[in-house]
Amino acid sequence: MKKIKNAAELQVLRQRLLAAQDPEQPVVRVCLGPGCLALGAEKVGQAFKSAIRSKKIKAKVQPLIKETGCHGFCSQGTLVSLSPANLFYVRVRPDDVAEIVETSLAQGKTVERLLYQDNGTSYRSAEEIPFYRAQQKIILKKVGVIDPRDINDALLAGAYQSLSKTLTELSPDEVLRTVEVSGLRGRGGGGFPTGYKWRRAVDNARKNPGPVYVIANGEEGDPGAFMDRAIMEGDPHAVLEGMIIGGYALGANQGFLYVRHEYPIAIHHLSIALQQARALGLLGKNILGSGFNFDLQINRGAGAYVCGEETAIIASLEGRVGEPRTRPPFPAQEGLWGRPTIINNVETWANIAHIIERGAEWYTQLGVPQSTGTKIFSLVGKVKNSGLVEVPMGISLTRLVEEIGGGVPGQPRFKAVQTGGPSGGIIPYESKEPFTDYHYHPSDSIPGRKEISVDFDSMAQTGSIMGGGGMIVMDDHDCVVDVARYFLNFLQEESCGKCLPCRLGLKGMLEFLDCFTRGQGAPEDIDALESLGRALVDGSLCGLGRAAPNPVLTSIRYFRDEYLAHIVEHKCPAGVCRDLITYSIDPEICNGCGLCAEDCPGACISGKKKKAYAINAAACIRCGTCQAVCPVDAVRVA
Amino acid sequence: MKKAPKTIDDILASYPPHPQNLISLLQDVQTKFNYISTEHLALICDYVGIPVTRAWSVATFYKSFSLEPRGEHEIKVCLGTTCHLKGANRLLEACERALGVAPGGTTPDLYLTLDTVKCVGACAEAPVVMVDQDYLGRASISSLKKQLKRR
Amino acid sequence: MTPKKKKPKMIKFTINGRQVQAKPEWTILETARLNHIHIPTLCFHPAITPWGSCRLCVVEMRSEKQGKIIPSCLSLPEPEVEVFTESERVQNVRRWVLEMLLAECPASREIKDLAARYGVTSTRFGITDPKEDCLRCGRCVAVCHEVVGVQALTFGSRGVKKQLETPYRIPNSACIGCGCCVSVCPTGALQNRLDTVRGDLSRRTGHGFAH
Repeated sequence: MKKIKNAAELQVLRQRLLAAQDPEQPVVRVCLGPGCLALGAEKVGQAFKSAIRSKKIKAKVQPLIKETGCHGFCSQGTLVSLSPANLFYVRVRPDDVAEIVETSLAQGKTVERLLYQDNGTSYRSAEEIPFYRAQQKIILKKVGVIDPRDINDALLAGAYQSLSKTLTELSPDEVLRTVEVSGLRGRGGGGFPTGYKWRRAVDNARKNPGPVYVIANGEEGDPGAFMDRAIMEGDPHAVLEGMIIGGYALGANQGFLYVRHEYPIAIHHLSIALQQARALGLLGKNILGSGFNFDLQINRGAGAYVCGEETAIIASLEGRVGEPRTRPPFPAQEGLWGRPTIINNVETWANIAHIIERGAEWYTQLGVPQSTGTKIFSLVGKVKNSGLVEVPMGISLTRLVEEIGGGVPGQPRFKAVQTGGPSGGIIPYESKEPFTDYHYHPSDSIPGRKEISVDFDSMAQTGSIMGGGGMIVMDDHDCVVDVARYFLNFLQEESCGKCLPCRLGLKGMLEFLDCFTRGQGAPEDIDALESLGRALVDGSLCGLGRAAPNPVLTSIRYFRDEYLAHIVEHKCPAGVCRDLITYSIDPEICNGCGLCAEDCPGACISGKKKKAYAINAAACIRCGTCQAVCPVDAVRVA
Repeated sequence: MKKAPKTIDDILASYPPHPQNLISLLQDVQTKFNYISTEHLALICDYVGIPVTRAWSVATFYKSFSLEPRGEHEIKVCLGTTCHLKGANRLLEACERALGVAPGGTTPDLYLTLDTVKCVGACAEAPVVMVDQDYLGRASISSLKKQLKRR
Repeated sequence: MTPKKKKPKMIKFTINGRQVQAKPEWTILETARLNHIHIPTLCFHPAITPWGSCRLCVVEMRSEKQGKIIPSCLSLPEPEVEVFTESERVQNVRRWVLEMLLAECPASREIKDLAARYGVTSTRFGITDPKEDCLRCGRCVAVCHEVVGVQALTFGSRGVKKQLETPYRIPNSACIGCGCCVSVCPTGALQNRLDTVRGDLSRRTGHGFAH
């Protein structure tokens, strides 16, 4: 690869790449996103490659196979899209590949059974599917389209156009003002105005001349969240470009990509992207002949959720334990090695090039006034259509879960949604208390009902937070007391242990929750727990401890009855809490196969073959093995 | 791509001798040797110029480092929120019973290490178990047993 | 003629309604102590950099209707703010921390006395180790690092598993047996475990292994 010396050469390269494209060439895009990978997408990709090699399709141009990032519709994986036919195949298995190659690539016909079907309708292309129709893909536009390991593919799709515009037409201050006017707020969960943070760093650097650093926070620790992973794996250049532009605006010449250790593919793709960008001269010295020097390095996380906190990332980059520091001073004043440092989430960085390309005004038209732009969510849990979605800020929660998500499948009801991970809260679908007047949508289906707008401030008003984008749908088989306990347990393992309110307080809160899930305790304990929660909110050193009580406090606020059911009635209405449920075998359905008794670790199931078996409730440890192995679904939980 | 480092000296030489590279060095050693031995920890400390106490606090703080040898194969049960809702902790208990080790532990023959991980991003397939680099989606006790038999 | 010394601009604010003044680098805690206003502390020690881990020194700083809970050992006062050392929110943090400390360090006399001063005489939380008296305040680690320069002991692991220890949990030959850690320990916990750090000093020449 030859180094690009200036903006004009970049355009020449792009034109050359465009000219070499054949619009008639069939392209098969196989999704290798996290969900599809877990379903064996790699084998699907390999099957395509070898099928095309051996088939020798009689066509002017041989089909091109691209392994791409996440297409988004994870519950229908493995996803394969074909262009220019504009076919979207779902649930593709390696065995289906031969048929696709023969039918669609060689003969140009459709494999009907592999199309997405819902409610009797078959959908040929992705845009028609309700899951995709309500989305607005801007950050994710290239993810699932380009080959993330080939910079030429990214260039073709428009990568580095904004960088070129920045370095040739804009001053650092103009870039800064554009970001300020856009209203972009941090996408990692804090929702802090990005431009405001950048301005502070620039002012501090002016008072204290010296290096400035930029960092991408890729320590996406919230369980259930993989937005940043999809961006880093599927469109790594979006992050690079954003950081180079940011470096230019901030006067930074060195940046760091702090990527979670549990994301080796993201690290790999980012490494390739860095190498290729350097080879083309888009990173390094004198970028595009502008005189601006900037380079990036990748630092791996080491298995610590707390390192998603800004000062903990800094500590980690300095080779220390990931213990947060008291703020002030904020990283924009004194960060890495005491210098002004800007840390932004991966998704935040991925927004920058778009804002520069189309302008701040355009960005402010998306979303709602105090929360501009779009947001990527990982919509998972008890929802029909789970996966990665991108929607404008301000969409109603119900629309997100029901129209895009397809609602809760089967019998159970949509009970609540958990947002913001362990730092977030549990928001009910139906609430007796009026939520807020901040932003709301009149309900389409239920007159007089206000629906929550998914934007930073509305979410904060419910007691939860927007968070990084994890949105977990719960139905009435999920127990909020159990979920609150789950998050406390999670945080207890991840607490750095420096400050007493968090280190001791998480343990203390967990003791309360352990009691409740065992059906013990008294109603006054709920009030005590709220008070302890407030002590953590006020007393903790960092955001981990301060936000830790959120799941507990919101679940008490909206589901106090469920807590009381556990404590006073010794019942778990959702049928989850082990000490409050009983397993039994329905004698009408049991076929006497005896598989449950064979596998029961406590040897507490007895019976004779071909006759109904029975569980000894006193000895039962409620491990659920019998229910898992029963071929006729005869095990009941009550 | 850089060639994979062969020895501890290769690993040390691939970073400048500054304390800020402590974590990267520990990671490379962990990846290459499956754990961080006393000798390697001391070599790293000498190289970057820090006392052993500092390396100790870092090596024991972060979960990805192990000071004891890990097994040849790793089973990681995902305990992310969605997996939890779909019964991951029962799956973990079943693994504990089957292998006779607690999470984080390794079987005495150093064959299998059982561990937990919080979210691998495959939530649509919850509960997920990773066996080395392979994903087992919608894992159940029986599908896990099949996977284990293969190794 | 000797030039007049420039008087530093004092920062005026109130603590519990009382007017006080601070020089620009003084923390709220220092200012309070100079004015004989009591704020409890555990991890603070004048010989070391404030760490801000015990959070017992938190106060409420109010300006324009907004109240922030901040650690007084690390925070500098802003002009015209109102600081409260006994507000409801402050007391809430303090009482819960002390009650949990009673369960965490049941063997410490000092913590029992401190808790009793704030009306906390019992704990509802489970006691894991009845003999525990180390609250991981970090004073010993800090003094060994900053004052003595030897770094013989440290914290291992994290969260509830955070332990005061030496590498591989064997006596560290870097220790020079100066006893500074013992003298700054607020509960005497280090006194009980000094041999785990220092080991056998009989063969030492006095030349430490400090880096």
